[in-house]
Amino acid sequence: MIVLRDVHKSFGTNHVLRGFSLHVKKGEIVCIIGPSGSGKSTVLRCINGLETYDGGDIHVEGMRVDAKSDLIQSIRRRVSMVFQRFNLFPHRTVLENVTEGPIYVNQMPVAKAQTQGRALLAQVGLSDKEEAFPKQLSGGQQQRVAIARALAMAPEAILFDEPTSALDPELVGEVLAVMRDLARQGMTMIVVTHEIAFAREVADRVIFMDQGVIVEEGDAQSVLSRPQHARTQDFLRRVTHPL
Amino acid sequence: MHKFLIDAQEFLPILMQGVWLTIVLTIGSLFLSTLLGLVWALMRVSGIGVLDKGATLFVNFIRGIPIIVQLFYIYFVLPDMGITLSAMQAAIIGLGIAYSAYHSENFRAGIEAIDHGQIEAAQSIGMGWWMIMRRVILPQAIRIILPPYGNIMIMMLKDSSQASTITVAELAMQGKLIASSTFKNTSVFTMVAIMYLCMSLPLMALVSWMEKRFSAGNKP
Repeated sequence: MIVLRDVHKSFGTNHVLRGFSLHVKKGEIVCIIGPSGSGKSTVLRCINGLETYDGGDIHVEGMRVDAKSDLIQSIRRRVSMVFQRFNLFPHRTVLENVTEGPIYVNQMPVAKAQTQGRALLAQVGLSDKEEAFPKQLSGGQQQRVAIARALAMAPEAILFDEPTSALDPELVGEVLAVMRDLARQGMTMIVVTHEIAFAREVADRVIFMDQGVIVEEGDAQSVLSRPQHARTQDFLRRVTHPL
Repeated sequence: MHKFLIDAQEFLPILMQGVWLTIVLTIGSLFLSTLLGLVWALMRVSGIGVLDKGATLFVNFIRGIPIIVQLFYIYFVLPDMGITLSAMQAAIIGLGIAYSAYHSENFRAGIEAIDHGQIEAAQSIGMGWWMIMRRVILPQAIRIILPPYGNIMIMMLKDSSQASTITVAELAMQGKLIASSTFKNTSVFTMVAIMYLCMSLPLMALVSWMEKRFSAGNKP
C-alpha cells in the first residue's frame, strides 16, 4: 500500500536518507526505531509530502507522492499524520478540531461530521471534553484528540511521528492504549517511536535505522530481542538501560 | 465657557459636515487599505518568488513616499495622464494605498508568527493553501494583528486630515475655514480636537472588543 524505493533526501549538505526502501502492506504495523537524526521522521514526512525528496520513488496506493503535485491533497486524505507536538488548532474546540477536516476538506454535512466526531472522541476516551479548547487539556489528552482528528478523515493508514516523545511519562500509557486499539482494529500504521515495549507488543515489523538507511528489520521479536547488528544491539541497550 | 458654548452651537452644523466627510474618508480608505494590505501580505508569504518580490518592492516604494506627496500625485498628476478623480476619490485611493503598506507589514508579521506545525497539521488533513490561510492561519493571526491594527486605524482617522490639502472639506479643513473667517481660533480648534477624540475613542473600544472576541482558546 505504501512503497518507498531507494529514497534519497538531503538538507543542504546533510544527507538524511541514503537509499531508503520500505514496503508496507495494508493492515500492517511497522515501527521505526533508531537514534535521533537517523532520518526516521523524515521518512514519514516524505510519505505525507510534508518534505520533498531528492531521489527514488514513493507511492501510496499506486499514486506517486510529489509534494508539488495536485494529487498530494488526495494522498494526504488517505494517509493521516499524528505529530510529536500534537499541532491541534488552538482556536477551535476539541470537537471542531476533529470535524474541521471532514467538513471543510471532505464536504461532509456538519451534523454528520459532528456525530462522527463525537463517536471518535468517545473512542479515544474524551467524550466529556468536546467543548474544551486544546490549551485546557493535558498533553496526553491533546494527543488523543490529534489521533481522533486523523481518524476523522477515515484514512487508510496513519503515520505517527514520535507521538509520545513530548509527553510527561505518566501520560504516555493513555496514548499508547489508543494506538494499540487502532492496531487491533486493523489500521495500517507506521510508527516512529522510542517506546520499545509498545513496538514489541503491536508491531508486525520493526525497522532499526541509522544514518539514513535501514540497518536491520524483521518481526518485533527478532529485531528487539535478538538483534543481529552491533549498532542495533548498542542502541537497544542504551534505550532500555540508559544508566 | 459660556462663550465657547455659544460658538459651539453656531459652528457645530458646519463642523458636522466635516465630521461626516472624515468618517466616509476613513471608512473608505480603511476598507481599501485593509484589502490591499492583505493582498500584499499573502503575496509575501505565498512562497512564490515573483509575487513575494513584487509585493516587497511595492510596499517599500509606498512606505518611502510621504502620504501628502502621494495625494498630490493622485489628485494633480494623474489628470495629466487622463485619469481624473474627484477629491474624495483621490483621497480614499491615496490613503488606502499608502496605508496598505503598513497593514501589509503588520499582517505578514501576524501570519509568520503562527507555528509552522499548524500549517503541517492542516496539510496533513488535506487542506490546500487557501483553506489553510482561511481556516487555520488567519483566524489565529488576527489576535496578533489586532492591537497594531487598532493603532493604524486611529492613525488613519487622524491622517484623513491630510486630505484637506487636496480640497476635501473634512473636519480639519472645515475648522480651518471657520477659524480663518471668524478668528475664533480657540473655540473652533478646541471643538475640532474634541470631535476627533470622540471619533477615536469608539475605534479604540471596537479594537479591544474585537481582541476579546478573537481570543477564543487562548485562555488556559
